[in-house]
Amino acid sequence: MELLIALSIGVLVACGVYLVLRASTFPVVMGLTLLSYATNLFLFAMGRLAIGVPAVIRPDATVYADPLPQALVLTAIVIAFGMTAFAIVLALKARGETGSDHVDGEVDS
Amino acid sequence: MMHLPILPILLPLLAGIVLLLLRPLGVKVQRMVSFGAGFALLMLAVLLFDASLSGQRQVYVLGNWSAPFGIVLVFDQLAALMLLVTAVLAVGALWYAIVTETDAQGRHFHVLFQMQLFGLNGAFLTGDAFNLFVFFEVLLLASYSLLLHGGGAKRTVAGLHYVVVNLVGSTVFLFALGALYGALGTLNIADMAVKVAALPAKREGLVMAAGLLLLVVFGLKAALFPLYLWLPAAYANTSAPVAALFAVMTKVGVYAIIRVHGTVFGAEAGNLAYFYAPWLLGLGLVTLLLAALGVMAAFQLRVQVAYLVLASVATLLIAVGLQSQAALAAGLYYLVHSTLLAGGMFLLADLIVRGRGDYADRFDPGMQMPHYQLLGGVFLLAAMAAVGLPPLSGFFGKVWILQAALPHPWHWVVLATVLLGSMLLLIALARSGSVLFYKVKAKPDAADPVITETIPAFGLSMVAVLWLLAAVPLLVVLANPVSAVMERVAAQVLDVSGYQSAVFAPAVGGK
Repeated sequence: MELLIALSIGVLVACGVYLVLRASTFPVVMGLTLLSYATNLFLFAMGRLAIGVPAVIRPDATVYADPLPQALVLTAIVIAFGMTAFAIVLALKARGETGSDHVDGEVDS
Repeated sequence: MMHLPILPILLPLLAGIVLLLLRPLGVKVQRMVSFGAGFALLMLAVLLFDASLSGQRQVYVLGNWSAPFGIVLVFDQLAALMLLVTAVLAVGALWYAIVTETDAQGRHFHVLFQMQLFGLNGAFLTGDAFNLFVFFEVLLLASYSLLLHGGGAKRTVAGLHYVVVNLVGSTVFLFALGALYGALGTLNIADMAVKVAALPAKREGLVMAAGLLLLVVFGLKAALFPLYLWLPAAYANTSAPVAALFAVMTKVGVYAIIRVHGTVFGAEAGNLAYFYAPWLLGLGLVTLLLAALGVMAAFQLRVQVAYLVLASVATLLIAVGLQSQAALAAGLYYLVHSTLLAGGMFLLADLIVRGRGDYADRFDPGMQMPHYQLLGGVFLLAAMAAVGLPPLSGFFGKVWILQAALPHPWHWVVLATVLLGSMLLLIALARSGSVLFYKVKAKPDAADPVITETIPAFGLSMVAVLWLLAAVPLLVVLANPVSAVMERVAAQVLDVSGYQSAVFAPAVGGK
């Protein structure tokens, strides 16, 4: 399971970095999204991976999952969502004002 | 008075919400409320700074969840100093935005401005690394919108780059925090310092990597080489009051390095003590040289001032990288000087743009601008302060930093770089001043545009410029008491065990 999680985080980051380095705005926004997904998985894994273990106190439980990373991931998801929305609107605005979706606002010749 | 530390966070937040609701009443009401809130924040900052001089750290426990389980606000002299500088800068920028009607170029300028202050003040006060991330996001989101305020294609493209770079930075920030949490099991800054001191040897590499990742993030915010390429475009293309307020944004990165790295990887961190300092010093020196070259190469005054901001941040990072109490105190003195000076210079550059009609701030000989004696005189003084010529505060700051650098093994490199950078700045600013104020055409060519006879609201705009630039002579006149205060602030910042015992003390207030 650890290997699977590590590989998925790695693949997500690799794809995200590749897309962020593209020259059009849409892949860049997609890349930012993939990067934030990778971050969320990474944060989640930092609380150590456990299956079927409660995060909230229960009388019959002996082992607990760490609840803090889960709270951090929730916060990170909300922030990433807001930022992605902002980035999309800004990309549209740039497209409208410069007449191209190139990240430097250049019109392809 | 025990609720004082949270007021600088609540005041701009509430002001922002109220301003949002006041929008139907028109921009005049918004201006009054916004400036009133800004002025109240300044008064509050003065009050808090005065309270901090006793050297007593105040810890505000949110929701009474004591550290390290809950989030705490730690109010000490460094936080108070940053709050005061930000409030002074904000009042100047806000005044300028109101008198030049920059705030009427788009919606919600005042709301965003207050939210920006909310994020800044929160970042200065928080004692929790993840909470620092959240406040970073608040101030960044406000800064994205402020940067774009007023529109224009160039501004949008510069804004897009700024947003994407900072979003990638936020991702790296989360990776760093995640790795630190995984290795240390806590995100409270004081508690992280305790855990690092007791770290098993096999985890050191991981924590070091996470610490350097954090340095990348804060370096991005502070525009450290090689992560500074977003700064000149963003600062030169935005409106003047926003650029003036952004003079403190790079300093947030420096503050975060001083606070987080200085506490977590401080003197008591065993093998990891100050491991980041050589990186900071080396990259700071490179940044300073490149910033000086940027100042030399700039075609426009606003781009030149943006590179001056970069040069001042580089000088600050060098001071932090020297890792001594004297250097840190000198750096804090320089921080106050350079932040207010950069803010004043952005406003001054905007006045010059408005006075030169179509020539704007390009370094081409244009027509004589109105009020050229006053503008030229103020520009001369500001340029002298920025270069670091005596008798102004830039000179004091730089000499103090160089003096503090003498015991350091790299002192030759530091001295040579700082002095060479200052010389390049001197050449460049002398050139721009002479092009703007001396080489004026006697009469416009036929193709030349008509020059404006007056600058609208000149007197009122000048008030804001002088308000910010007043720091330069004041820091010289009061150099003795100010430097004594900075010494105390630096001593308190480096006292990690005192910071820890304050945070882990029994909770007071915050019910």
